[in-house]
Amino acid sequence: MAGRFDTLPGGGAAVALDDVEISILRSLAVQLMELIGPGDEPAEDADPLAALFAEGPSKPPSDPALKRLFPDAYGDDSEELRAAASDFRRYTENDLRARKREDALVVVRALDALSAEAAGEGGAVLKLTADESRAWLGALNDLRLTIGTRLEVTDEEGEQLYRLPDSDPRKPMVMAYLWLGALQESLIEALMS
Amino acid sequence: MSVAPIEIERTESAEEVSAVVEPDVPWVTLVHNDPVNLMSYVTYVFQSYFGYSKDKAHKLMLDVHNKGRAVVSSGTREEMERDVQAMHGYGLWATLSQDRF
Repeated sequence: MAGRFDTLPGGGAAVALDDVEISILRSLAVQLMELIGPGDEPAEDADPLAALFAEGPSKPPSDPALKRLFPDAYGDDSEELRAAASDFRRYTENDLRARKREDALVVVRALDALSAEAAGEGGAVLKLTADESRAWLGALNDLRLTIGTRLEVTDEEGEQLYRLPDSDPRKPMVMAYLWLGALQESLIEALMS
Repeated sequence: MSVAPIEIERTESAEEVSAVVEPDVPWVTLVHNDPVNLMSYVTYVFQSYFGYSKDKAHKLMLDVHNKGRAVVSSGTREEMERDVQAMHGYGLWATLSQDRF
C-alpha cells in the first residue's frame, strides 16, 4: 500500500490503486456516508418548499465521531453561547452533512468506475479532476477524523498506538488510519505543487 | 492569554470599526488544535480558504499546533460565522467569539 498521488496537468491528481485498496477505500467511504446519515430531507411527496425552511438539529450529535465532524461553533462558557451554538447548528448542520455526504459520494463513484477498469488487471490508475481532488481531500480528512476519534488518537498516545502488536483488535484500523494519512498527505502535495 | 494583533488581509471592516469612537469589540474565528488533522492540511486550508500566503498560513498552523489555538480571522459576527462554517466544512475545529483576550 504505497500509492501516492501525483499532480496532473490542469490541477487534478492521479494515484495507482490495487484491487484491495479500491475495495477498502470504497468500504470506508460507504461507512462514512452511513454514519453521516441521510439528513433530514423531506419525503419525495412532501412540499418542496418545506425543504427550504427545514431546520436542522439544535443539539450536538451524541456519537463522538459525528460530534467531531459537526462541532459547536461557539464555546460553552455561558448560557448565551450555548444558545448561539444551538441556533448556528440549526441553520447550518444539514448543509454541512449534505456536503460531506457529496464528497464521500464522489469517492465512491470514482472507485466504482475504477474497479471496472481494474477488473482482471489487479489495479488501475485513478485520475481525478481538480474538483474531484478537492472532494477526495475532504472525504479523506473526514474519514481520518472519524477513525481517529474511534481510535481515541491523541497527540501524546499517538506513537504508542502506532506500535500495537499484530494481535491487537485495533491494529487493522490503525493501519487504515496511517495509510489514509499518507494518501491525504500526498494529495495535498499534489494539489499545492 | 495575550495574543498579538494578527494581520488580516481583509482590514477594511476592522479599520472601520476602530475608527468609531466607541468601537464594538470585533469577533474572531479561532481554530483549535486537534491530534488528527495533518499540519500540511491545516496550512492548505488557511491558504485555500483565506488566501493567506504560504508563510503566513504555515505560521498560523504552527500557532494552532503549539499554543492550542490561534485567531485566523476577525470581522463582524456574520463574517466569522461564515468562516467557522467553512472551517467545519474542511474538518477543522473552529469557534467564533467576541474576544477581549
